[in-house]
Amino acid sequence: MSSKGIMDRVAVIGMGCTEFGEHWDKSVDDMLIDASEAALRSAGVTIDQIDAFWLGTMGSGVSGLTLSRPLKIDYKPVSRNENMCATGSESFRNACYAVASGAYDMVMAIGVEKLKDSGYSGLVSAAPTSDGTASGTSAPASFSLLAPAYANKYGVSMPQLKEVMTRIAWKNHKNGALNPRAQFKKEVSMETIANSPLVAGNLGIFDCSGVSDGSAAAIIVRAEDAHKYTDKPMYVKALSFVAGPSRGPVDPEYDYTTFEECVAVAQDAYQQCGITDPRNQLAMAEVHDCFTPTELVLMEDLGFSKRGDGWKDVLSGTFDLDGELPVNPDGGLKSFGHPIGASGLRMLFECWLQLRGEAGKRQIDNGKKLAMTHNLGGAPGNCVSFVSIVGSAPGL
Amino acid sequence: MRGIISYGGYVPYHRLDRRAIAEVLGSGSGRGFRSVANYDEDTTSMGVEAGRAALASLAPGVHPASLYFATADPAYLDKTNATAIHAALALEPSVFAADMAGSVRSGAGAFKAALDARQPAMAVLSDIRTGLPGSGDEANGGDGAVAFVCGEGDQVIAEYLGGASATEEFLDRWRIPGQHASLGWEERFGEYVYVPLARQVLANGLKATGTTAEHLDCLVVASVSPRAARTVIASAGVRKEAIADDLSATVGNTGTAHLGLMLADALDRAQPNQLIAVLLLADGADLMLFRTTEAIAGYKRTSTVAEQIASSRPVSYASFLTWRNFLVREGPRRPDPDRPGAPNAFRAEDWKFGFSGSRCQACGFRHLPPSRVCVHCHAVDQMASERIADLKATVATYTVDRLAFSPAPPLVAAVIDFEGGGRFNAELTDVDPERIGIGDKVEMTFRRLYTAQSIHNYFWKARPIRRAS
Repeated sequence: MSSKGIMDRVAVIGMGCTEFGEHWDKSVDDMLIDASEAALRSAGVTIDQIDAFWLGTMGSGVSGLTLSRPLKIDYKPVSRNENMCATGSESFRNACYAVASGAYDMVMAIGVEKLKDSGYSGLVSAAPTSDGTASGTSAPASFSLLAPAYANKYGVSMPQLKEVMTRIAWKNHKNGALNPRAQFKKEVSMETIANSPLVAGNLGIFDCSGVSDGSAAAIIVRAEDAHKYTDKPMYVKALSFVAGPSRGPVDPEYDYTTFEECVAVAQDAYQQCGITDPRNQLAMAEVHDCFTPTELVLMEDLGFSKRGDGWKDVLSGTFDLDGELPVNPDGGLKSFGHPIGASGLRMLFECWLQLRGEAGKRQIDNGKKLAMTHNLGGAPGNCVSFVSIVGSAPGL
Repeated sequence: MRGIISYGGYVPYHRLDRRAIAEVLGSGSGRGFRSVANYDEDTTSMGVEAGRAALASLAPGVHPASLYFATADPAYLDKTNATAIHAALALEPSVFAADMAGSVRSGAGAFKAALDARQPAMAVLSDIRTGLPGSGDEANGGDGAVAFVCGEGDQVIAEYLGGASATEEFLDRWRIPGQHASLGWEERFGEYVYVPLARQVLANGLKATGTTAEHLDCLVVASVSPRAARTVIASAGVRKEAIADDLSATVGNTGTAHLGLMLADALDRAQPNQLIAVLLLADGADLMLFRTTEAIAGYKRTSTVAEQIASSRPVSYASFLTWRNFLVREGPRRPDPDRPGAPNAFRAEDWKFGFSGSRCQACGFRHLPPSRVCVHCHAVDQMASERIADLKATVATYTVDRLAFSPAPPLVAAVIDFEGGGRFNAELTDVDPERIGIGDKVEMTFRRLYTAQSIHNYFWKARPIRRAS
């Protein structure tokens, strides 16, 4: 795969993010208005200055009207993006490319999802009419396949692996306890996590991300214009996105201990901006912890841990807030829930706060200037994936 | 010489201990077990299983030209159910398929139609027997299916010698469409009508074939009236050891399928040159006489009725009632499944019903479901269709899903790899969630996944290979 990338050609000058949670009192429109207004205030610009909009939502509305109607946008381009769990990131990626192309001077990427109104447990999505033969398994069940496969391949016992999964959930909830925007703002004991009722395979409730409502937005300009609006812009170093051929469900060679799409997207992003040692070069990473085994496997797929060593690194605290490479310092999907269209931009919002030194009690101070966000959507062996690298200064 | 050239019985995996009914309801009695179709089985899917067994034992190059499907519990009305069986058995489009549905006697109808046909013909008999909680029908009924392929030549394992029929219009058992339990007149009245009819067809049939009752090696009596059957058997003049087990202690009365299932059990045990009489008492009396041939000695069976009876798993009375819709229970907080689209199912018939994948002719990679583009070498439109339904597979990994919709949670799913290549994410059935493991061997089974907006969603699941339990 050859992608040239747009390193340091565009920068974020303002971001907004709502609190995530069960917003019984807020509509999709309310959340879009709240996130966009916060982003505009953050950048010190008005909506009239925005030339074009990219709206990410999986199911909370169709077409650009979902954004233009509540915001009363006067006759401007609004694209509506959907790419499963990478939906919010995808709106950001396309918005950045539009600015890099020179087509627009200032754009907004915004993501939103309202999951709680459905009244159902877990994620619900409308599927096109089908022949009725597709697997009816739930998302936690699909990802639970990783656990026994990983344990089996690397000689980890299932109780040991459960300990690793528990520590991931514990760490992310610990981080989330420090975040006023999180859905769950409190620490959860390892005992509670480990003993939570089973949902699928060996995944308990606390091995799964929550279900919440939320919205987040970013305003993007050409990098050379960024300092007109802020002293501390966030530069876009790399953006990568891939969709896989869905090999895993049909190929006996696939062993459920890796996301090949995530490996590909990370390598592409690192190549775009010249990262060679992500574990040491990144200040932090926001990764797609939809389920605890996902985060474990990602540590290896994204090149943070050697193959088969991810579980040891998790247990030794490598990815804790004060560890060598903090992962999900904002609390992750575990603490925020996963309003699909908003999650990618919520991750970028944490990078924005951390790189600008505005993360409060969660502030990471390791002297590094690069941050990463990652999403995957689908199931093991059958997914889309996204990686962004952002930084607080031009260059590496 | 015309007769049976292959057959296969199907006894579903689950058993209800009849004592469990009295334990819950506080009344009733009964000993032994009845077979219970799983929540994802219906008469069509069980018919497919029996049909697969019969076809597996059929000599190469012999193909049925017609398929007659009999059941008193059709999955659809107006729409033919035999077409789904036809599709799942991957029969050629030129094979005629029709239902003989609604009454127990349909079983004799389908069987006789196949025996009397001029070309190889298949009869599939299948039934699910229900009754109101606490009723004799509920306790004494059983679920099961059987299939026979009838034809001519050296493959005949049981020559059809002819028989006799007596038809009578009277109210013995009945049910209006839409009702879930049958009604019956006083059993002594049924006995009064049936017994003379049975004696008459036995006398006529034996006389026509030039034999007598004491020469019978096996007498199969299937009856909607157990009382009438007992009286007929006691006075038939047949040697005691020739009276076939009516399977009441192990399976129950499988209604439309029962004459066939009892005959299959008899054929499982039969030696060459034995005389077998099959008598059905249902709205009259029908007798069919067979003589086994030398070919039965070398006949290969996938599994016998007795082996399937021995391979079982208990089901609670609560689950039994739930599976048969006599007990409506709270579901998960998840949306109901969507109905499958008719055009989608039509386009995917070879996959959805036939479980055929495709193999890339450029690199040999096998795809499930069939794919036009090869995931391995990316060749386009170089695929050959391959039926996978009868291949065994191995569990690569699995999960127990407590969140997904299932009419009988939890849903057990596994990634399975087939012998000869090909991987599929299968739902498992007839499985104990505590006893599934990586490396386990599974086989495919045709099931009704769920029913949405009056559309039955048929597809294949995997099940652990059945062994005697």
